[in-house]
Amino acid sequence: MKNRGYFNQFGGAFIPEILVPTFDQLEAAYLEAKADPLFWQEYVDLMSTYSCRATPITYAENLTKHFGGAQIYIKREDLNHTGAHKANNVMGQGLLTKRMGKKRVIAETGAGQHGVATATMAAKFGFDCTIYMGAVDVARQRPNVFWMEQMGATVVPVEDGSATLKDAINEAFRDWVTNMDDTHYALGTACGPYPFPEMVSWFQSIIGTEAREQMLERKGRLPDRVYACVGGGSNAMGLFSGFMDDPQVQLIGVEAGGRGTGIGEHAARLAYDDATIGVAQGYKTYFLQNNDGQMMDTHSVSAGLDYVGVSPILADLYETQRVRFEAASDREVVEAMQLAVKKEGLIPALESSHAFAQAFKEAPSMGQDEIILINQSGRADKDIFTVADAIDDPKWREFIIHKADEYRARENQKTQQKGEE
Amino acid sequence: MLEQYIKDRLQHKDLLLMTHIVLGYPSYDDSMRLVESMVEAGVDLMELQIPFSEPMADGPVILKANAEALKAGATMDKSLAMAEKITAAFDIPFLFMTYYNILFKYGVEEFVGKMKDINIKGAIIPDLTPEEGSDYLQAMQKNGLDPVHIFTPNSSMERKQLLHQHTSGFMYTVARKGVTGKNTQFGDELGGYLAQCREATDLPLALGFGVKTKADYEFIRGKADVAIIGSEAIRVMEDDGVEAVGPFIRSILS
Repeated sequence: MKNRGYFNQFGGAFIPEILVPTFDQLEAAYLEAKADPLFWQEYVDLMSTYSCRATPITYAENLTKHFGGAQIYIKREDLNHTGAHKANNVMGQGLLTKRMGKKRVIAETGAGQHGVATATMAAKFGFDCTIYMGAVDVARQRPNVFWMEQMGATVVPVEDGSATLKDAINEAFRDWVTNMDDTHYALGTACGPYPFPEMVSWFQSIIGTEAREQMLERKGRLPDRVYACVGGGSNAMGLFSGFMDDPQVQLIGVEAGGRGTGIGEHAARLAYDDATIGVAQGYKTYFLQNNDGQMMDTHSVSAGLDYVGVSPILADLYETQRVRFEAASDREVVEAMQLAVKKEGLIPALESSHAFAQAFKEAPSMGQDEIILINQSGRADKDIFTVADAIDDPKWREFIIHKADEYRARENQKTQQKGEE
Repeated sequence: MLEQYIKDRLQHKDLLLMTHIVLGYPSYDDSMRLVESMVEAGVDLMELQIPFSEPMADGPVILKANAEALKAGATMDKSLAMAEKITAAFDIPFLFMTYYNILFKYGVEEFVGKMKDINIKGAIIPDLTPEEGSDYLQAMQKNGLDPVHIFTPNSSMERKQLLHQHTSGFMYTVARKGVTGKNTQFGDELGGYLAQCREATDLPLALGFGVKTKADYEFIRGKADVAIIGSEAIRVMEDDGVEAVGPFIRSILS
């Protein structure tokens, strides 16, 4: 192992000694795959037959008219199998796992999208699968937990720390330091120790490569501004990578503004001033931490963005000012989502709706000849409980109460029958 | 420095004991009492862990101890002040164990300088490989302190030799894969593994991860120089109180 994986001062590999050979093996497999054009071809074939690649770009005509400014286009990562860009990374790592001859995969998950994607991959490739998920997230994302378990994965609720994504990552590492011989840790975002940030971005770059070609084909030119939400940063890295060498294209990363500034109120590491540089979870980046270096609680309406750190590659792009970072508040996000649903019939996930919210703020003041591209990184079916709560939908509440009564009646019946036996 | 201390002690007995506490767990007063009872029971050296919110390499017992210490109000200032009190009160050597972010946020050079000031002899930073630790290693060398690294059953001979180059004091060897505090089967393979460790370094070997009983301790005799008891002493304290820890250590050493 050499000193490697740095993007200026960010990145690195701060790992327990026992994982050093495992990371050496992973790096070798990754670099070998990257140098092998057949690997990428196999990956693209898999994604076009098992998932829905290339995902289209949709012209949001009604939203465009509504705002009266820039033309709004949307990259449809929600059309991937399992409903999010997470599939891109997971299927790529699945192919790598096969190459390394490992039989088991583990993963952390926040919203559950990466967990579902990993469980799907494990089912398809025949791997054993364990998913670590913060207990708080298990409670708010039951539909995803349901599907993971149906696919044969073991879902382990993590009660430690703040019981969210970062704690799930720690727990996955604890599993890995025990079971590294037959197990691959399919980290879900462009964070963690080298080579994960680079490798995950590589798999996700399929988004940007497609989007660039599609824009040129459709409009004969590149978009002026490109928006993506940023939790760990994998969908943003994926889309941005297609335009990194086009300086005329503005790249905008949108973080979780939550309830506003102040530690504990949001998960905006770069858009707000609350985060400082530190080292945790195996890499160096901006973290929401206190002066002692203890990680602090974060908040977001979307579980997938509720994370203390951010991709070291994005931290570098922030410092070099190649990417502009903004934050959208919980309220703005829910409103943006509702508007996209009403005007276009699109159902962006709460995570993706952060990108929509920021684009909606900027579109009206842009010229009609200008073009905006938004990454719809996932769909909101999984968020139905959270969204229904946020907009306080009375019919949904009625439905849940009714459903609960049904279950309760059935339970009571069972208990009675048992009593009679 | 630690190397000489360990070698001197080994003149009088053939196996030393190192124990571990988490500063501020369950309270700083209890930390002091724990050290006192451990030293009185005959412990030869001790690790003082500065709590961190993300202790990636620790198992459930020490993980919980870190979290509870922080919840109870542990801070860097208080942990350093307690460490200073401890080193002033007892004349065995103490090491810091913590994660890299604690050093990084404090300032690596400042942290190591502080260690020197308060008479901490060495450090174990489990998420800092020598490749990432050049600032730390330089500062430790400059201050005459001992950076301790970890041999694992996965470390190749080449890797062990590299770790040896960057280590002084003693070599921490883990008996198995995994995190701290889980069960270890102490069997014949362990002897072979420790023999390999001996081949890679002439530093004293300290063996940890899963040492729980007098039988484990006796098994290590003749194979390693220092036995490390971490999670088990914390478990004893949680189950039976601070006052049970002294007798527990004595039962191991009897």
